Amino acid sequence: MKTEIEALKQKACQIRRELLKMIHTAKSGHPGGALSAADIVTALYWQVMRIRPEEPDWPDRDRFILSKGHACPVLYTALCLKGYFDREHLGRLRRINSILQGHPDMRKTPGIDSTTGSLGNGLSIGIGMALMGKLDKKDYRVYVMLGCGELDEGMIWEAAMCANKYKLDNLCAVVDYNQLQLDGTVDEVMPLEPLSDKWQAFGWNVLRIDGHDIKIILEAFGKAEETKNAPTVIIADTIKGKGVSYMEDICGWHGKAPSDKELMQALQELEEVDL
Amino acid sequence: MMYQKGEMVPTRNAYGQALIELGEQTEDVVVFEADISKSTRTDGFARKFPERFFNIGVAEQNEMAIAAGAAMCGKIPFVSTYAVFASMRACEQIRTFVAYPKLNVNICPSHGGVTSANDGATHQATEDLGIIRTIPGMTVLMPADVVTTRMAVHQAAAMDGPVYIRLTRGGVPVLYDESVDFQIGKAISLQEGKDITLIAIGDMVCKALVAAEELAKEGLDTTVLDMHTIKPIDEEAIVKAAVQTGSIVTVEDHQIYGGLGSAVAEVLVEKHPVAMERIGLKNTFAESGEYEELLNKYGMDVPSIVQAAKRVISRKK
Repeated sequence: MKTEIEALKQKACQIRRELLKMIHTAKSGHPGGALSAADIVTALYWQVMRIRPEEPDWPDRDRFILSKGHACPVLYTALCLKGYFDREHLGRLRRINSILQGHPDMRKTPGIDSTTGSLGNGLSIGIGMALMGKLDKKDYRVYVMLGCGELDEGMIWEAAMCANKYKLDNLCAVVDYNQLQLDGTVDEVMPLEPLSDKWQAFGWNVLRIDGHDIKIILEAFGKAEETKNAPTVIIADTIKGKGVSYMEDICGWHGKAPSDKELMQALQELEEVDL
Repeated sequence: MMYQKGEMVPTRNAYGQALIELGEQTEDVVVFEADISKSTRTDGFARKFPERFFNIGVAEQNEMAIAAGAAMCGKIPFVSTYAVFASMRACEQIRTFVAYPKLNVNICPSHGGVTSANDGATHQATEDLGIIRTIPGMTVLMPADVVTTRMAVHQAAAMDGPVYIRLTRGGVPVLYDESVDFQIGKAISLQEGKDITLIAIGDMVCKALVAAEELAKEGLDTTVLDMHTIKPIDEEAIVKAAVQTGSIVTVEDHQIYGGLGSAVAEVLVEKHPVAMERIGLKNTFAESGEYEELLNKYGMDVPSIVQAAKRVISRKK
C-alpha cells in the first residue's frame, strides 16, 4: 500500500509539471484550480475509477465530470497520461483546431464524459447519468468535481436536493475547497460556511478531508462507495496553486499563465518535492 | 386515439399520447418534468412508466441538465415544462449542454405563444422561437394540430440531435388526417393561389386558412403554407411561393422579431425579395385575457391577417 501511495504522489507531481507546461505553452489557462485538484484527479484516474482508456465510450465505465471546467489542464494531462490521446495534443491547448478546448468538450476530446465550463451545471448532469445507471441496473459510479466558488450557483442546490430525492448512492461529488475564487476569498465574495451542515441538511453523506493527502483521499472514496441510499460529498480542503510556492493561496493565479522564468522555478520546485 | 377533423384539441394532448406510444416502443425513452405533468400531459406516461418518469420539481435548469446527462448515457429524453421557462430559464442549459454536445434531447414545452392567455405575460412564451432558433444545430417546430404534433414527436425521437417542439395550451382545430405527409423541415401547402401567400405556424395556421377564405370572397386567390418547422426552414417552399404570388404575409403567435417572420424574411431577402408583412406581437408584451381577445387586441386575428394581405398585395410590383 505504501509504495502504491508513493507512486500516486509521484504521478500527481508529474501531472502538476505537465499541466503547468501546457498552460505556459498556451499562454493562457487556469493553473490555480488545476493544481488544487491534482491529487484528487490522480487518485480517481489511477486508483478509484473503473475505466478503459482504449474504449472511452465503454457504457459500464465510471464517469467523471469536471464541473469546474476551467481546471481542465489537470484533466487533459490525466487523460493523456492514461493513454486516451497522444502527448502531442498537450502542446495545442486552446489553439485553433485543437482537440483540447479552453473548457472541456465531450465531442472533441476522448475521455471527456461531459462538456463543462459554465459553472453550476455538472452536478445536474451527473444526476442524469446516475439516474440512468440506476434505471439500467448498471453499477458504474459518477464522480463530479465542483469548485468552491461554483457553489454560489443556485443550480448546485437544486441538484443537491434532487440527488437526495433519488437516493443516488452511485453519485459522489467532490468540492475542491481551495477557499479562493476570482475576486477574492470565498469568505469575502460569498461565504459558504457552515458548508458541511448545508450538504448534510440536503441529505448528503458528508466527508471532510485533506484534499492533498492521497491516502486520505483514497479512504474517502472508499467510504463513499460503501455508503448506501445517499449521495456522498467529499469536501476536500485544498490549496489553490498547490505545489508551486509563488502560486499557493494567491488569487492572481486563478487564470494566468506562468512566464518562462516562473515555469522554470515551478518545475524545479516540483522536481525537488519531497515525496 | 383518433381525432376528427375540425375538433378543437390542444396539441399538448397529442404530445402526451405520442409519449406513451414511444414508451411502449422503446425502453430508451425517458421523460423529465417540472411539476406540471397534468398540464404538459406527461402524466399519462408517468402512470404507465413510473420508473422512466422523473419529476425534478420546479427547477427547469436542473431538469434540462439532468436530461442532458441522460442523453449522454444513450437515452432519448423528453423534457417538459412551459415554453417560457424552457426557452429562457433553461436557455443556457439548452445551448451549452444540449445543443453544443449535439445531444438527442427533445424539448417539448407547452403553452407556446399567448395560448396561456389568462395567465398573462409572465406565462406567455412570445420570444422562445427566436431565442432557440439562434442556437446552432437546433431543430425548432410548432405543429398546427394534434395529428401533426403526434407525428412530430415520433420523428423527433427518431432523429439525432436536439429538437424543440412548441405546443399549445388551448384547443386548435384538427386540420389533417393520418394521410398527411408530415416531415420535419418540409412545409405543408394547404392551398395554392396566385395572389398572395400566407405562411403560418402552429395555432395560427387555422387563422390563416380562415383569412384565406375571407380573401377568396373578395376574389383573391391565396396560398397557405403550414411552416411547422422554422429551423431548418423549407427555403424551397418559400421561394416557390414568392415566385408564384409575389407577396407574403407571415402569421405567428410570437414577437415579429426572431421567429417565423424573421426566418422567412431572411430567405426572401437573399433568394427572392418580394413585398412582405409580419403578423405577430409588435415589440409589446401581451396581457391576461381570453385567447381570441388577445389575438384581436394585439393584431393577430383573422381581420388583421386579411388587412395585412391586402396591403401587401397593393405593394406588389
